[in-house]
Amino acid sequence: MGGRGPVSAVRTFVDLLAGRRDAATLAPRDWEGVIWVARSEAMLATLAHRLADTDLPPTVAALFADQRAAATVAQRQALWEAEMARRALAPLGIEFVLLKGAAYAAADLACAAGRQIGDLDILVSEPDIRRAENALLKAGWEWVKSDPYDDFYYREHMHELPPLIHKMRDRMIDVHHTILPRTHRITPDALALMSDAVKRPDGFGVLNPADMACHCAAHMLADGDLQGGLRNLWDFHLMTRDFVANDPGFWEQLDARARLHGVQQVVQRAARLARDLYGAVLPPDRDGHDAADGWFQRRLLARDDWGRVTKPLLEQAFYVRSHWLRMPPAMLTRHLFTKWRKARGKA
Amino acid sequence: MPDPAYRAAPPGALRVEPLGELTAIFDRRSMQTHLVVSPMPEILAAMGADDCDAATLATRLAERFDIDGDDAVQPILAERLDELAAMGLVARA
Amino acid sequence: MRHGIRIVVGPVQFRIGSDWAEPIAALETLYRGYPQDDSRPAEATVRLFAARPWRRWIRPSVHIGGDFVVPDALPLPLSMGLLAAEMGMNLQVALGWRRHMLLHASAATKDGRAVIMSGESGSGKSTLAALLGEGGWRLMGDEFTLIDPASGDALAFPRAVSLKNEAIAEVAAQVDPARLGPLLAGTPKGDIRHLIPRADAIAAMHEPARPALLLFPRFGGEASIEPMGEGEAFVRLTEASTNYVALGEAGFAALTRLVRDTPAFGISYPDSAAGIALVEQLWADAAR
Repeated sequence: MGGRGPVSAVRTFVDLLAGRRDAATLAPRDWEGVIWVARSEAMLATLAHRLADTDLPPTVAALFADQRAAATVAQRQALWEAEMARRALAPLGIEFVLLKGAAYAAADLACAAGRQIGDLDILVSEPDIRRAENALLKAGWEWVKSDPYDDFYYREHMHELPPLIHKMRDRMIDVHHTILPRTHRITPDALALMSDAVKRPDGFGVLNPADMACHCAAHMLADGDLQGGLRNLWDFHLMTRDFVANDPGFWEQLDARARLHGVQQVVQRAARLARDLYGAVLPPDRDGHDAADGWFQRRLLARDDWGRVTKPLLEQAFYVRSHWLRMPPAMLTRHLFTKWRKARGKA
Repeated sequence: MPDPAYRAAPPGALRVEPLGELTAIFDRRSMQTHLVVSPMPEILAAMGADDCDAATLATRLAERFDIDGDDAVQPILAERLDELAAMGLVARA
Repeated sequence: MRHGIRIVVGPVQFRIGSDWAEPIAALETLYRGYPQDDSRPAEATVRLFAARPWRRWIRPSVHIGGDFVVPDALPLPLSMGLLAAEMGMNLQVALGWRRHMLLHASAATKDGRAVIMSGESGSGKSTLAALLGEGGWRLMGDEFTLIDPASGDALAFPRAVSLKNEAIAEVAAQVDPARLGPLLAGTPKGDIRHLIPRADAIAAMHEPARPALLLFPRFGGEASIEPMGEGEAFVRLTEASTNYVALGEAGFAALTRLVRDTPAFGISYPDSAAGIALVEQLWADAAR
């Protein structure tokens, strides 16, 4: 894995999060590797929160304090985008549900502590999508300049509008009408996601706990190339841990919703990976093993202590796989062909 | 159509610092800095806790400033309120 | 990585790794007088790497990587590896540092008080700071000045000074040649030669200074001084700060305090001598 010591930096990082490794046993060089792995996974502030009450070398403690403060500012900024979206959509009676990072922060979940929030992701019901688009355009969002093919591709095949960016605040919003691309062979029940969402005291809607965990697992394992996988898995681990603590019947609800949305496999795999990497405790009936888990785990841990991805070939496989997951084969060929033609045109 | 009403930011949300002819406003909710000139700070100060439209604002400002009887004031205030709403400093009631 | 070095500049410990020995050797020469603390984990990482293994030898071109990267940045030839390292270090600080408000500005200090000079490249802020640092001042930095939000003090970031084009000959005439790095001719930023700051600047790099004068220099034209209002100084410094937005209210408070407590001026000057004279003149007033 590229680390010089017996334990690689990414392993140490995961062990620290899981609470398996005592921070006091880390040498300065270990810290360096851990910090840079954490940065490349966009989880440095998450680690800083996890170790907030731990004795640390002074410079590490100072860096972590910086990271916690900066993450607080960044989360406020991200949640403000949700507020501005609400101000644009609410007067027209358009309901929306926050997704991913903004939802975790709005719902005050443990995984929100220090979590980086990128673009604002919201879910609106499909019949509302045109009105939502118009309302956002009127409130100062505009299209990120894109070519007609990309625009067409998004609208026809993806699960979201092409991204919009706010012209004054320079921040992006992704408006989804379901949680996986339309062309994905799994088609979650978007109507149920919307109608069973829950309202927070501050007025923001978020997915109900079981749907949130389904989305988190689907986003991590079915939607992408496992980019940010360690972070998504940490989200999944902490949210399921807390949901179970609040409601002993949570696993059953999760099963029911996963069946409804067709994401049982990814949810089960996410639970096993959370156990294997972060030490999640699973009920006996789902505490099994799957041959492919090792492959996912290797990919999640493929970073050296300079923060670099160490297995480019593995990465490539995931890239192709993520496209294959999303699109029927004939369409895939067409998409790759158009991309290829565009690349040639530029050269 | 009557002018829309707006609501000011809750107490403590804004930190207002005059810097010569400019006023810097830090919004603790958005973590954004806004640099404004007169009459924006005066409008924000006159908004009060209740919903407030351009006409109400014109009356209140007339009590403090010498703008009495100027018909052009109300549409200008309506425009400024709309701009403050775009910045997120006030919200449509 | 194959080659590496750790460097402390101001509050930041860098770790720089490279696929080639040359840039690291050049850094070792420039930074030999800086404090070494190998037991301290680095806060910023820079990688100089070949995009393809054979590019280490065949037309070697240096890509800049690290915790923060500029997508689509063009690689540099190996002969400019030192510039690549400098750009990488700047980028990590500009985008990654959160403890202090970072101003894209040079600074020099005297008697515990600082003059801070902010301007675009070409404004001469680096040259002015370098020349002050060869005179009766302590150089704080030619590229970044850090403001501590808690105290309002300026902190030094005295990396090796990056002299450009005409400034090279001007400064070289005044200093021991042993303090100059190799000439990097014809880089995308023109000719570049690094200057090792004087020993006092390195030894005292952790000593804060009270901001006493804010200058916005512009090279060219008649010598002139224009007082600048608090509002304009505020606007210009938000533009000159790489992390103002990320600091939230701490940044807002630090910046309002800085522009209120510190007199600010725009200055124009036809040559370095005139520029230095203006700085000294304004300093005499400000320090009173």
